[in-house]
Amino acid sequence: MNAEPNLRDLKQTPLVVRDLTVAYHRKPVVWDVGLSIPEGKLVSVVGPNGAGKSTLLKACLDLIPRSSGEVLIYGEPYAKARKRVGYVPQRESVDWDFPVSALDVVAMGTYGQLGWFRRVNKRSKALAMQALDRVGLADYAHRQISQLSGGQQQRTFLARALVQDADIYFMDEPFAAVDAATERAIVELLKELQSRGKTCLVVHHDLATVPQYFDWTVFLNMRVVASGPTAEVFTPENLHKTYGGKLSLLTEAAEKIAKAR
Amino acid sequence: MLLGCACGLMGGFLLLRKRSLMGDTLSHATLPGVCLAFIIAVMLGGVGKSLPILMLGATITGVLGCAAVLYIRNHSRIKDDAAMGIVLSVFFGAGVALLTMATKMPAGAAAGLESFIYGKTASMVLTDFWLLTVVTVCVLGLSTLLFKEFRLLCFDEAYAAAQGWPVRRLDVLLLGLVTAVTVAGLQAVGLILIIAFLITPAAAARFWTDQLDRMLLLSALIGGLSGWLGASVSALIPNMPAGALIVLVAAGCFLLSMLFGLERGVVIRGYRQLELKRSVGRQHLLRALYEILEANAVSAEGIQIRAVPFRQVRGRRTWSDAQLRRYLKSAYNEGLIEVIDREGQISLTSAGLEAAAQVTRNHRLWEMYLIEYADVATSRVDRDADAVEHVLGEKMVAILESKLQSYRPVESSAVPVSPHPIHPGD
Repeated sequence: MNAEPNLRDLKQTPLVVRDLTVAYHRKPVVWDVGLSIPEGKLVSVVGPNGAGKSTLLKACLDLIPRSSGEVLIYGEPYAKARKRVGYVPQRESVDWDFPVSALDVVAMGTYGQLGWFRRVNKRSKALAMQALDRVGLADYAHRQISQLSGGQQQRTFLARALVQDADIYFMDEPFAAVDAATERAIVELLKELQSRGKTCLVVHHDLATVPQYFDWTVFLNMRVVASGPTAEVFTPENLHKTYGGKLSLLTEAAEKIAKAR
Repeated sequence: MLLGCACGLMGGFLLLRKRSLMGDTLSHATLPGVCLAFIIAVMLGGVGKSLPILMLGATITGVLGCAAVLYIRNHSRIKDDAAMGIVLSVFFGAGVALLTMATKMPAGAAAGLESFIYGKTASMVLTDFWLLTVVTVCVLGLSTLLFKEFRLLCFDEAYAAAQGWPVRRLDVLLLGLVTAVTVAGLQAVGLILIIAFLITPAAAARFWTDQLDRMLLLSALIGGLSGWLGASVSALIPNMPAGALIVLVAAGCFLLSMLFGLERGVVIRGYRQLELKRSVGRQHLLRALYEILEANAVSAEGIQIRAVPFRQVRGRRTWSDAQLRRYLKSAYNEGLIEVIDREGQISLTSAGLEAAAQVTRNHRLWEMYLIEYADVATSRVDRDADAVEHVLGEKMVAILESKLQSYRPVESSAVPVSPHPIHPGD
């Protein structure tokens, strides 16, 4: 990164979230979240179950309506910055029995560039193949996706995001239930992306590996408990604030509001 | 037949979108529309049974029905299936009530209305045919153009939305195409059976292939074939409703596919299972024999005495007499073993010994690999190796050999010593 004075300029910041609130069925899930993520960081988003990690991600990608607040990606709303964003959904979110091959799935990453009506061409297939190779699945390109192991399925999803050649990646639990080989492969991939100046926002559940894998951490429990360089914010207090006492005042307040309406 | 193609195609997407029942809701919801359109047309003094009017009515209530399902799902906590059940029955109930009203109307021309329920291909006229053709061509054209978009939508909706596709509108378009096909097919197949026409070919096609484009093509073919066959047969037999026959033919295709489908058919799966079982059994037998011989023959030069008492083999594994006998018999047929006497002395032929050595070698190589590279406890290795060695190819074995060279020298043809003690069976 260069040390120009406009570093703090919004255009240079991959992700800025301001006053974001998201509610499901009148119950707020993400509350007044404010974030600013600098470029080229590997960011982990951690928090207990139901803390709104996935919701935060989806709200950033305009997948669910926001109750309030705004999300800026490189200074622009998502609809305009879409081409610079890669998304890796949770593995369980799709039916892996669907009749497509791994290559087909990865090629979906190029659909956005292809645009309406145009078929998947040689170029997009070649790109997809490259991406599969990067995650070590080149030999499995023509397998039907149900014949892949859980870790391989996860890597297929990663490859699909890679194809997009984005600047910021949103990954929802890529480390969930994967084998050791896949975990290593993903970590290597993350480091490689970082070395090319990309930013990755990763929903993560394994606290033990946070300091090892990520250099920036967001503690989330409906609101942002702490956000900053892992070395600074990964402290017992923050962990306690995020995970300690599930029925905190915040949850109670949220329930009261839901009832009152 | 044309309708069959269109139905098969749309059914494919519907099935993969996990909206199979949506087609059912849709078709049932068309009934009140048909009846209402008829009643209104008659009241206004027109000809009640003019097809375009009836179809317009059908489309309107069909779409209303779908909208109702989506609304209930999105704005309450009621799940998809319950919402569909409610909407389906309410609309169909209303339809039946309206149908009774219609038949009592003085115009009296309502006699043909029931054909919408059960279908009557023979009642089609040239204009109906052209209508069907237009619908089919539209459906084929649009789904070819939007193949990529529909595939993404059906597979991973959230990702499609993140990539900026208008997911909601695509979904509506897909459902719209389904509606078009349903309404167009009402008269031929009838509203109760059209769901079968939508889903059955697609479900049948799924047994044959793991590729979406092929599956859709096949589904359209099966649909077309059922349409053609069903219609022709019904033309031959008087008073036989075409809709029922078409659906029966499609169901026949489904049954055949389920049994004999190349990719996921029941028969092929059973056969593969049996093959695997047989090869596993054969390998177990050979390895058991080899290990007994290995234990019996102390000489370092190799194994010279090849005869083994049957009882000792029996004690090696938990196999039933019948099972063991079957394995022995097939090994005998393959020329791997010889029976020495009636007392149950078995002997390996030289080919058998070679095969047994090979099997045992693979097994032990795999065990060693697991111990060395996968941190599997030695005591648990045997079982894992059993599960995996049967699918090891020659290539894999070669890799194992080269990997294990550094760990424990293995001569190119020698059988390595088992990495764990073998329990002698008795």
